[in-house]
Amino acid sequence: MPVQIPERELDSVTIRFAGDSGDGMQLTGDQFTDTSALMGNDIATLPDFPAEIRAPQGTLPGVSSFQIQFSRNEVFTAGDAPDVLVLMNSAALKVNLGDLVTGGLVVVNSDSFNEENLKKAGWKSNPLEDNTLRDYSVLKVPFSSLTRNALAQSKIKPSEVDRCKNFFALGLVFWMYGRTLDHTVKWVQEKFAKKPEIAEANLMALKAGYNYGDITETMPHRFFVRKADIRPGTYRKITGNEATALGIVAAAQLSGKEILYGTYPITPASNILHELSKRKNFSVKTFQAEDEIAACGAALGASFGGHIGITATSGPGICLKSEMINLAVMVELPLVILNVQRGGPSTGLPTKTEQSDLLQVMFGRNGDSPVAVVAASTPSNCFDYTLEAVRIAVKYMTPVFFLSDGYLANGAEPWNLPKIENLTPIKIEHARPVDGRPFWPYVRDEKTLARGWAYPGTPGLEHRIGGIEKADKTGAVSYDPENHHRMTELRRDKIRRIAEDIPRAEVHGDQKGKTLVLGWGGTYGAIYAAVSELRKEGKKVSSCHLNYLNPFPKNLGEILKNFETILIPELNMGQLLFLIRAEFEGVRAVGCNKVKGQPFKIREIRQAVEELR
Amino acid sequence: MSAAQTDAPVPHYSKEDFVSGADVRWCPGCGDYAILSVMQKTLADLPIRRQDHVFISGIGCSSRFPYYMNAYGFHTIHGRAPSIATGLKCVRPDLTVWVVTGDGDGLSIGGNHLIHCLRRNVNLKIILINNRIYGLTKGQYSPTSEKGKVTKSSPYGSIDYPINPLCIAIAAEATFIARTVDSDPRHMGQVFARAARHKGTAFIEVYQNCIIFNRDTFQPIVGRETREDRAIYLENGKPLIFGKKKDRAIRLNGFKTEEIAIADGVTEGKNILVHSESDPLPNYAYMLTQMEYPEMPVPFGIFRCTEKPTYDDMLNDQVKFAVEKKGKGNLRDILYTEETWTVKG
Repeated sequence: MPVQIPERELDSVTIRFAGDSGDGMQLTGDQFTDTSALMGNDIATLPDFPAEIRAPQGTLPGVSSFQIQFSRNEVFTAGDAPDVLVLMNSAALKVNLGDLVTGGLVVVNSDSFNEENLKKAGWKSNPLEDNTLRDYSVLKVPFSSLTRNALAQSKIKPSEVDRCKNFFALGLVFWMYGRTLDHTVKWVQEKFAKKPEIAEANLMALKAGYNYGDITETMPHRFFVRKADIRPGTYRKITGNEATALGIVAAAQLSGKEILYGTYPITPASNILHELSKRKNFSVKTFQAEDEIAACGAALGASFGGHIGITATSGPGICLKSEMINLAVMVELPLVILNVQRGGPSTGLPTKTEQSDLLQVMFGRNGDSPVAVVAASTPSNCFDYTLEAVRIAVKYMTPVFFLSDGYLANGAEPWNLPKIENLTPIKIEHARPVDGRPFWPYVRDEKTLARGWAYPGTPGLEHRIGGIEKADKTGAVSYDPENHHRMTELRRDKIRRIAEDIPRAEVHGDQKGKTLVLGWGGTYGAIYAAVSELRKEGKKVSSCHLNYLNPFPKNLGEILKNFETILIPELNMGQLLFLIRAEFEGVRAVGCNKVKGQPFKIREIRQAVEELR
Repeated sequence: MSAAQTDAPVPHYSKEDFVSGADVRWCPGCGDYAILSVMQKTLADLPIRRQDHVFISGIGCSSRFPYYMNAYGFHTIHGRAPSIATGLKCVRPDLTVWVVTGDGDGLSIGGNHLIHCLRRNVNLKIILINNRIYGLTKGQYSPTSEKGKVTKSSPYGSIDYPINPLCIAIAAEATFIARTVDSDPRHMGQVFARAARHKGTAFIEVYQNCIIFNRDTFQPIVGRETREDRAIYLENGKPLIFGKKKDRAIRLNGFKTEEIAIADGVTEGKNILVHSESDPLPNYAYMLTQMEYPEMPVPFGIFRCTEKPTYDDMLNDQVKFAVEKKGKGNLRDILYTEETWTVKG
C-alpha cells in the first residue's frame, strides 16, 4: 500500500529541466507546460538550448534547459530563479546550480555522476558527496537504472531504453506537483502511433517515474498549485512563433488574399515555416527560397501580383534582404518582414535572445528609406501584431517590420483566444480602370498617402514600376531634383501618418511622476512585473510599453514630458534610447542594458529603478 | 485573378499596342532596339492578353526593357528578377511572365537565382541579353567576356575564364534552352514565340552588340560575311549541316563533336548528328554548347525543349490536394484546437 504523503500548497513554482541537448529536455518541459496550462495554472516558459544539435555528450556547452513558472496568480516571466532543478547529468548541475534559489530542490540523475562524466563536466570531486549542495535539498534518483529496470521486458534496443529516462523524470515531477498524466499519455500515443513499442516504453517510463514518487518515501511532501484566477475565456498554450504563424493564417482569411510566405531557414524563425507549410488549405503558400534575398524577392513578387508577400528571418537575414526591402519602399508595395531577433552581430548567438536589430530595421538601407515597425511584447500578442503588420502594409502600401525575438518565439504562455467574429477584416481596395485615362501608379490617397495598387491581369492598368525614382503621380522615370525631394518627403509623410491610425500609448501606474520605465518588445513581462512590485511597495514609478516603434504613438511625447527620468531597459546597448533621444528633445532618458542572450529578470529591472539617482 | 476577363476573345493586337510610349534611352545603334522590336511584334501575334504579360528585370542596360513595353512591368534590383518573378508565378500562375536580364545581371550578381529558377522549372521566360561587357557602368569586363579582354578594369587583360550561359542552364537541367542573335530578327521572333508556348522555364541567350563598349564582339560569328560558315542553325530532326555551300557537317567523335566536309550533299554513312530538341538526357545539348568560336561553328536555335512538371503547377496541385483532403481551411479550427481549456467568470 502506498503511504499517504501530505500535500502542501504553493502559490507559484519555477522548475528548470536541464540535461544534454540529446536528453529531450525541451520535450519534457513542453509536456510539463501543456499539462500545467490545461490544469488551469498561469504559465510562462523559457527554453534555452545550444546552437549545436548534439554538442559533445556530458559537456557544459551541450547543456539544454527549459524553465517554467506555473502559478495560481498571473505570471509575467518564466521566473527569475528556479525553485527546483531537474537534472539529467553532472554537466547540467554545473551549469545551472548557480541560478537555484537558496534552499531550493535539486532532483538529480545520480547514475550520471561517475568519474568520466564528472571529469567532462569539470567537477574535481563528486558534488553529490562533498559539500557543494549543502545549502539545498537534494533528491538523488538513479533515473537511468530505474528506467532500465522498468523497461526490462521491453523489446526495444538498450540505446532506446536509455532515451526514455526523461519520461521517468517527467513522471516523477508530475507526481510531485499532483499533475495528471492524461495529456502526456495521449501525446505519446499520437506521436509514436507508428512505433507502438516506443510509445509503450515511454509510457512505462512515465508511469514508473510517477509510481516511484508514490511508493518510495523519498519526498516528505507533494505540492499543489491551484488554478489561476485569470480572465474568463477559452485558453490554449501558445508560443510566439506559433502565434505568428496563426496570425499569418488569420491575415489570409481576413483579407481574402493569398499569402506567399517566402523564407530561408534560420534560427529562431524556422518553425513559423514548419507550421505554415502544413496550412496549404488556408490560402497560405510557403516558398523555401535559395537564399534570404530570393525569399524576400518572392514575397515582393507576390505583392506585385496583388496578393500579400511576407518574408521572415532573423537579423543576419535582414542584412541580405535590405536591398529588396528598399525596393519595396521605392515601389510602394505591401511587404511584411518578420524579424525574430537573436544575438548579434554576424552569426552571433543563434539560439539566444536579443533586441539589437531595432536600429537596423529603422535605418539599415541606403537613402532616406522609412518603413513602419511594430513589435510583439508577449508570445500570444505575436498574433495581434502580425495581423497589425499586414493591415498597415496593405493600407499604406509599405514594407512593415514585425519584430519578435528568440524569447517570445520559443516561450509559451496561456492565450485567451480571440473570438473569430471579433477579428477585424482587412479591407483592401485595388485601383480600378478609369475610361480614357492611363493609369498613374503614384497618384495617392489624400488621407493615407498610399498609392493605388493595381495588379497584372487588370486590363487598362498596365504600368511599370521600379527602383529608379519616379515622377510624382505619373510614375514615369524621373531624375528631376525637385521631384526627388518631393517624393522623399511623401515617403516620409506616409509613414508618419500611420500615427493617426494606431492606438495611443498607455501608462501603467501614475500618469505623472519621477520615473517612467519605457520598454518595447519582449521585455514587457519583466518590466511590468518589476514596476507592479515596486508600486506595491509604494515606489513612485510607472511603466509604458511600446508595440509601435515607427511611427511612435502620437501621445508618446506628452507621456515622456510628465516624468523626470525615463529608464529604458533593453536587450541591446541602447537602441530605443537612441531613438527617444533623437525624437524628443529635453527628455532625460537613461538606459538599462543587457546583452547576455537571456531575458531580463524582474530583479534586474527593479534594481535599475532603485539605483536611479 | 483575371479570370473575369478570360471569356472574351483575345483582341487582335499590332506591334504598336505593346509600345509603352516611354522615351527609349538606349544608345543609338544598340542591339537592344532590335530585341525590343521583335518582342513587341511577337507578343502582338500571341493569343495572350496584353494585361496578362509581365516583364521583370534587374539592373543594367537590358533591364530597362520593361519600361518600354506596354504591359505590366517591374524594374527591380541587380540580379534578383528571377526571385521576384518566381514569387509572382507562385500566386499568379495565370500570367505570362518574362524575365529580361543581361550577362552581368543574370550570371554575375544574380547567378544564384538564375540557377535555382531554372532547376525549379518555374513557368517563366528568361531572355538573357549577352553582350559580354558591362555597358551601364561604362565598360568593365563581364562574366562572359573572353579571357585576356582589355577593358577599363582589366588594362592587362582579363584573367577571368568566361562562363557559358547555356552550360549553366543545362547544368541546372532547364527544360527549354535556346540561343539567338539581335541581328537576325526573324530567327529571334521564332525563338521568342516558341519560348512563350513552352511550359516551364525557357532560357534564351541573345547575342547582342554593345555598340559603345564592345562593338562587333560577335561579328566573326554572325557577320554577314561569316555567318554561314561560322554559325549553324539548329532544326529539330534535321542533320547538323552548314556552310555557304552546305558542305560542312558535325558528327560525333567519341565524346566530342567534330566538323567534317561533305561533298555533293552526300550525308549517308557519315554519322552526321541529327538535331533532337527533346532528348531527355542533357548530354547532347551540352555538347552543342561546347561548340565555340573559333574552333567550331556556333549553334543557334533551340538546343533543348523537354517537359517536366513546373514549380507553379506542383505548388498549386499541393494546394488543391490539401483542400480536397482537409477542406477549405477554417480559422476557428486551428485557433480552437482540442488543447484548449475554459476559465469561467
